[in-house]
Amino acid sequence: MAEIVEKPKKVKIPRHAMPCQDPKVRAHNFEEVATGYTQETAIEEAKRCLQCKKPKCITGCPVEVLIPDFIAKIAEGDFEEAARVLKIKNSLPAVCGRVCPQESQCEAKCILGIKGESVAVGRLERFAADCGMKAGEVEFEKVAPTGKRVAIIGGGPSGLACAGDLAKAGHAVTIFEALHVAGGVLMYGIPQFRLPKEIVQTEITNLKKMGVEILTNQVVGKITSVDELMDNGYDAVFIGTGAGLPYFMEIPGENLNGVYSANEFLTRTNLMKGYKFPDYCTPVKVGKNVAVLGAGNVAMDSARTALRLGAENVYIIYRRSRNEMPARNEELEHAEEEGIQFRLLTNPVSIQGDERGWVKSLTCLRYELGEPDASGRRSPIAIPGSEFDIPMDTVVVAIGQGPNPLVTTSTPGLVLNKRGNIVADEETLMTSKPGVFAGGDIVTGAATVILAMGAGKKAASGIDQYLKAK
Amino acid sequence: MYRVVKKRLLAPAIALLEVDAPAVAAKVEPGQFVIVRVDELGERIPLTVMDFDREKGTITIVVQNVGYSSALIIAMNEGDKFEDFVGPLGVASEIENHGTVVCIGGGLGIAPIYPIARALKNAGNHVISVLGSRTADLLILEEEMRSVSNEVVIATNDGSKGVQGFVTDGLAEVLAQGHQVKVIWAIGPMIMMKAVVEYTRPLGIKTIVSMNPIMVDGTGMCGACRISVGNETKFACVDGPEFDGHLVDFDLAMKRLAYYKDEENRAKARLECDHEGGHH
Ligand SMILES: Cc1cc2nc3c(=O)[nH]c(=O)nc-3n(C[C@H](O)[C@H](O)[C@H](O)COP(=O)(O)OP(=O)(O)OC[C@H]3O[C@@H](n4cnc5c(N)ncnc54)[C@H](O)[C@@H]3O)c2cc1C
Ligand SMILES: Cc1cc2nc3c(=O)[nH]c(=O)nc-3n(C[C@H](O)[C@H](O)[C@H](O)COP(=O)(O)OP(=O)(O)OC[C@H]3O[C@@H](n4cnc5c(N)ncnc54)[C@H](O)[C@@H]3O)c2cc1C
Ligand code: SF4
Ligand code: SF4
Ligand code: FES
Repeated sequence: MAEIVEKPKKVKIPRHAMPCQDPKVRAHNFEEVATGYTQETAIEEAKRCLQCKKPKCITGCPVEVLIPDFIAKIAEGDFEEAARVLKIKNSLPAVCGRVCPQESQCEAKCILGIKGESVAVGRLERFAADCGMKAGEVEFEKVAPTGKRVAIIGGGPSGLACAGDLAKAGHAVTIFEALHVAGGVLMYGIPQFRLPKEIVQTEITNLKKMGVEILTNQVVGKITSVDELMDNGYDAVFIGTGAGLPYFMEIPGENLNGVYSANEFLTRTNLMKGYKFPDYCTPVKVGKNVAVLGAGNVAMDSARTALRLGAENVYIIYRRSRNEMPARNEELEHAEEEGIQFRLLTNPVSIQGDERGWVKSLTCLRYELGEPDASGRRSPIAIPGSEFDIPMDTVVVAIGQGPNPLVTTSTPGLVLNKRGNIVADEETLMTSKPGVFAGGDIVTGAATVILAMGAGKKAASGIDQYLKAK
Repeated sequence: MYRVVKKRLLAPAIALLEVDAPAVAAKVEPGQFVIVRVDELGERIPLTVMDFDREKGTITIVVQNVGYSSALIIAMNEGDKFEDFVGPLGVASEIENHGTVVCIGGGLGIAPIYPIARALKNAGNHVISVLGSRTADLLILEEEMRSVSNEVVIATNDGSKGVQGFVTDGLAEVLAQGHQVKVIWAIGPMIMMKAVVEYTRPLGIKTIVSMNPIMVDGTGMCGACRISVGNETKFACVDGPEFDGHLVDFDLAMKRLAYYKDEENRAKARLECDHEGGHH
């Protein structure tokens, strides 16, 4: 196996494609779309990596995964070791390998990407992490308890990552989660066909094995508060409550039956398993024609979910052009292959209803691109008189989410910015309240899983230092 | 946790359940609600808190069988456990001494009005309760309401008890006696609450209603529960459930309740077939 460390000579091996379910088949099921590399493909892909002395790829990863190191282990065929190396920096590699926007992070910096195709870091990460999971039982070194207790509010990626690192440092950790399961967006938002829920639950079970206590059904701000937690013996608190407040367009007709926020649509389908109604009791409803307003990951997930629930025509309606769509490349490609119809440079102005209060059609306006604005993007300009109607049964609003105010408004002394996000110190992530830390979407606004996870880890180290100094 | 410690049938399809939930009981106030799930497959069902015992650590709920999930709940027995029991949710009623207040409970709405009436009475108000039901047999919690009210007026649609007619007829009787009513709380089916606010609007009496739209999370995350209040969209689970009735768009709220009519019927049909097959 010595030859693998040698740099490939002149022959360029193309990047290995991800095997996927046939688009025609997968458009009607909730099974995972990408089926994952085989061992052979993974080893072949791993051999493409140049094992750079100064690996650029690492600089693109928000948590600085030891990319060449784990890839070298895959190339050697030691998959479990690869998984272990991954876990040093990333507590949720099986999740990140699937959902990170790699094309703008690690893979964007890969040296091979300059002239050709970058190493498929994400796909390899997923492969190794899955192997690690299959191998089962992760061994944890027992650490001496410090006697300190930390409360974590919210069981999303930021809270889970923070909990993991704090437990490793010997602190007693309790997660307070509002919903009936932990996982945050990974459980209620991102669909099964992109991120199987079993994977998230395995990670959560591992945390429990490390001694992290998870209390579900705890809406902080109602059943308890940050101040009460501090008074009741917690030495520090981490707030990782995410960006869970759905925005609406504020156009006429948005309260008609048939109009969903993406959060409701996805929660009914994923968290409550509405796609298995009536075996599971929560219904979710789509008609023949479905419009999804927005073009980010949330919009793509909603559109592809609608298709799988039986819609015939699913439209993505977006004011700008293709280049500005914020969703991951892979999601856009998958959506297109599955037959999602893109209506770009189009903006909804109102939703028309019938006499029973149900959506009947969507009125839109056409746009054209004007001069570049301050951000350098060409801003869309409405074309006067271009209104047109599309018959519609269901409308899903996926234009973004803001911070949920339940915790912030029940915590006096917590400084927020004007959007309602918590202000935290950049280095330690401590808020304006001593001993209270915050990270993830509640601080940054809606961002990514890996950034939330990175924030959780950063806060864990901030909390550890704070507790040691106390 | 979440064990049913006491169950009592109040009427043929209405059950009172006292549930072990100490952390919720420690915090809940009148006007708030909980969300429950019967089992792993279950829906999240919002239910108003009818009573609470901070020392025993229990919450009492009253449930009417209207469909699949509520049928499962009223079939529960003492000792059975809820899978999930989240609360307290929503904003508590604003309790202060107004002078004379009227608490109107229609049908099942008598259960949620009970803790509010009690709190208002304890705050020094003269509490006049107006209780309504279709017929005398369906009138629930009459004794409990008498114990927390200074006066009680009953209205039944068929006249089998009290005034014949609707709660608005009971209210008319109270107002005819010349009481200086400062605030009215009205809880019951949406159509009843709408009738009450239409009645009190020209009289200019402040009327608070408790909205019960379809909900999922109950934390302001999904927007399923949105209603229109004074032409603004509000989320009933976090902004309410109580609102100034004169500002609520009831027609919209009633239409939204019919969102899942087809699915509800499918679920109900399944319940019937399960019963025939002897599953439950
Ligand atoms: C549909 C969808 C698709 C996405 N796709 C991607 C993707 O492909 N790639 C990517 O990188 N990112 C994606 N994102 C973004 C990513 O999921 C988030 O940035 C990330 O989950 C944020 O993590 P967090 O821990 O800050 O918050 P969340 O994941 O939002 O978790 C917050 C948790 O806190 C809980 N909580 C809230 N309030 C309270 C309270 N008062 N008391 C107790 N608990 C509370 C919530 O129930 C939740 O469990 C997507 C988001 C959505 C919605
Ligand atoms: C804040 C709040 C407090 C509530 N308090 C109570 C309570 O104390 N006791 C109680 O029995 N019920 C209460 N409800 C209503 C209860 O949640 C519903 O009756 C229940 O969800 C119906 O579920 P199901 O599966 O049995 O019936 P479904 O099959 O879902 O519905 C059957 C019928 O009930 C109607 N319905 C559905 N959802 C609601 C709803 N949210 N409110 C009113 N009607 C509805 C439907 O229009 C349908 O005709 C409350 C609802 C809210 C939002
Ligand atoms: S965590 Fe995400 S950004 Fe970092 S290496 Fe893995 S896939 Fe790339
Ligand atoms: S930059 Fe690319 S080639 Fe170099 S180590 Fe990273 S993944 Fe391998
Ligand atoms: S029930 Fe989801 S926001 Fe109110």
